[in-house]
Amino acid sequence: MNNIRKNRLKDQAFKIWGIFCTLLGLVLLAVFIGNILVDGIMRIDWEFVMNLPSRKPEKAGIYTALMGSIWVLLLTTIIALPVGIAAAIYLEEYSKKNKLATILEVNISNLAGVPSIIYGLLGLEVFVRIMEMGASVLAGSFTLALLILPIVIVSTREALKAVPKSIRDASFAMGASKWQTVYHQLLPASFGGILTGIILALSRAVGETAPLIVIGALAYVPFAPSSVMDEFSVLPIQIFNWITRPQHGFVENAAAAIIILLLITFVMNGIAVYFRNKWQKKFK
Amino acid sequence: MRKIKELVIERGLLLSALITIAVTVGIVLVLSIEAVNFFSEVSIIDFLTDPEWTPLFTDKHFGILPLLSGTLLTSFIAIAFAVPVGLSISIYLSEYAPKSFRRTIKPLLELLAAVPTVVYGFFALMVVTPFLQSFIPGMSSFNSLSAGLVMGIMIIPYISSLSEDALHAVPNSLREAAYGMGSTRLQNSFKVMVPAASSGIIVSIILAISRAIGETMIVAIAAGQQPRLTFDPTVPVETITAYIVQVSLGDVQHDSLEYKTIFAAGITLFIFTFLLNTISYRIRKKFQEKYE
Repeated sequence: MNNIRKNRLKDQAFKIWGIFCTLLGLVLLAVFIGNILVDGIMRIDWEFVMNLPSRKPEKAGIYTALMGSIWVLLLTTIIALPVGIAAAIYLEEYSKKNKLATILEVNISNLAGVPSIIYGLLGLEVFVRIMEMGASVLAGSFTLALLILPIVIVSTREALKAVPKSIRDASFAMGASKWQTVYHQLLPASFGGILTGIILALSRAVGETAPLIVIGALAYVPFAPSSVMDEFSVLPIQIFNWITRPQHGFVENAAAAIIILLLITFVMNGIAVYFRNKWQKKFK
Repeated sequence: MRKIKELVIERGLLLSALITIAVTVGIVLVLSIEAVNFFSEVSIIDFLTDPEWTPLFTDKHFGILPLLSGTLLTSFIAIAFAVPVGLSISIYLSEYAPKSFRRTIKPLLELLAAVPTVVYGFFALMVVTPFLQSFIPGMSSFNSLSAGLVMGIMIIPYISSLSEDALHAVPNSLREAAYGMGSTRLQNSFKVMVPAASSGIIVSIILAISRAIGETMIVAIAAGQQPRLTFDPTVPVETITAYIVQVSLGDVQHDSLEYKTIFAAGITLFIFTFLLNTISYRIRKKFQEKYE
C-alpha cells in the first residue's frame, strides 16, 4: 500500500512540476513584456514614429528604420513567394520518387537549419559584392528571401498535402491537365494553409537582424529609402544600435521600438493562427 | 499546344526547386573560397590550436578556440536550461493536461520562438543580468550565463513542441497497456512513452543545439565581445556569431585578412550546424519508417 501512495505522490509532484514548467516560459515572457512596456510606452507618440534618427535620444525616431523594414518585407515577399510556392508544387505534385527528389528534400531540410548569419555571409559575397548591389534594399531582400525560402516551401507542401486526394481525382476525371488541376483546384483549396506559412515566414523575416548587419545595412541612415538600390536600416538594427549606446535615453527608445516590433510580430502571428484555424476546419 | 504549355510549366517549377540546391552550393562555395584564401595566409594548425583570437589588434592571433569555447559555453547553458524544462512541458502536455489546455497553450509557447532575437538580447542585458548580479557579486555586465539562460527560454518551444509531437505519435495501445498494468501517469511517461518516442525527442534536442550554436543577436548583445578561452559563466566572452557581427559593424576593408576571418569563422559554424542537422535528419527518417 505504501508503495502505491508513494507513486501517486510522485505522480502529483510531476504534474505540479509540469504546470510550473509550462507557465515558466510564459510568465517570463509576460514579465519581460511588462518591463518593456514600463520602459517604453511613454516614449511612443506620433513624433517617435515619424522622426528621423538623431544623436539626441529625445529627438530620435524610427521613421527610416520602419520604412526600411516595410520596403525589405515587401520585396522579400515578391522574391520568395513565387519561387517558394513553385518549388513546393513541384516537390509535392510533379516530382517522382527518385534520387533528385531525395536530394532536394534533404537539401531543403538542411537549409532550414543553416544559421541566419550564414545567409548574411552568402548575401555579402554574392549580392553585395559579385552582383554589385551594394548594401541596398535589394541585396537585403534577396538575402532574407533565401533565408525564408525553406520555410515557405515546407509550409506550402504541408498545405498541399492536406488537400484530399479525391479533389485531384475528380479534376483529372473531368479531363483537366496537371497544371489545370494545380491552378484551379489545389491552389485555391490550400490557399489558407499557404497563407499561414507565408505570414509566419515573413514574421520571422521582419525580426531578422544578423544577416542584414552582415551585408552592411546601416544603423544610421538619414533618409527613408526611395528606390530598391538605396541604403537602408530596419527596425531590429535600429533597436540593436540603441541598446549598444550608453546614454539612458536610448534605452527608452530601444524599449519603445521593441514595443512596435513586437506588435508587428504578434499581429502577424495572430493572423497566421487565425487563418490556420479557419482553414483546418474546412477539411474536417 | 497544351502539352508544350504543360511541359514549360513543369520545367519552370523544377527550376524553382533547383534554386534551393543553388543556394546550398552558393553557401558552400562562398565559405570555402574565402576560407581557402584565409588559410593561405594563416596556417590551419595555428587556427585550430592557438589559444588567442586577436585579428583586430596589432599583435594578431588567429586561434578559433576562444570563439568556439564562447559558442559552446553559451549553448551549453541554454541547453542545460531548455532540455529539462522543454521535456517536462512536452510530457505534461501530452500525458497530463486536458486537451483544451493543450490546444490553447501550444500556440502561446510557440510565441516564445517568434519573438525577434534582438528583443531577447535586450531582455538579457537589461533585466536578467542586473537580476543575476544582485546575488552573484562580481558578475560582469556582459556574461555568458545571462545570454545562455535567455537563449534557453527562446529554444524551449523547439524542444517542447517537437517532443510533444513525438510523444503524441506513439500508438495509444502502448499507453493503454501501461495503464492496464496499473502504472501511474508518471511511470507510463518515463518508462513507456519517453523511450518509445526517444528518437523524436533526440531530434528535437539536436535541432535545439543547432539553433543555439547559430544564434547571434542574444549573444552579441549580452555575452560581450571579448574572445577568451574560459568556462567561467560570469565573465564576458565572444561567440563565433558575435565576432562576425562585430567585424560587420566596423570598417573592414574588403580583401583584407580581417574580412576573410569572418568567412573562416563562418565555415566553422556551418560545419557544426551541418553535422547536427544531418544527424537529426537521419534519425527523423528512421523514426518515420518505424511507425508507418
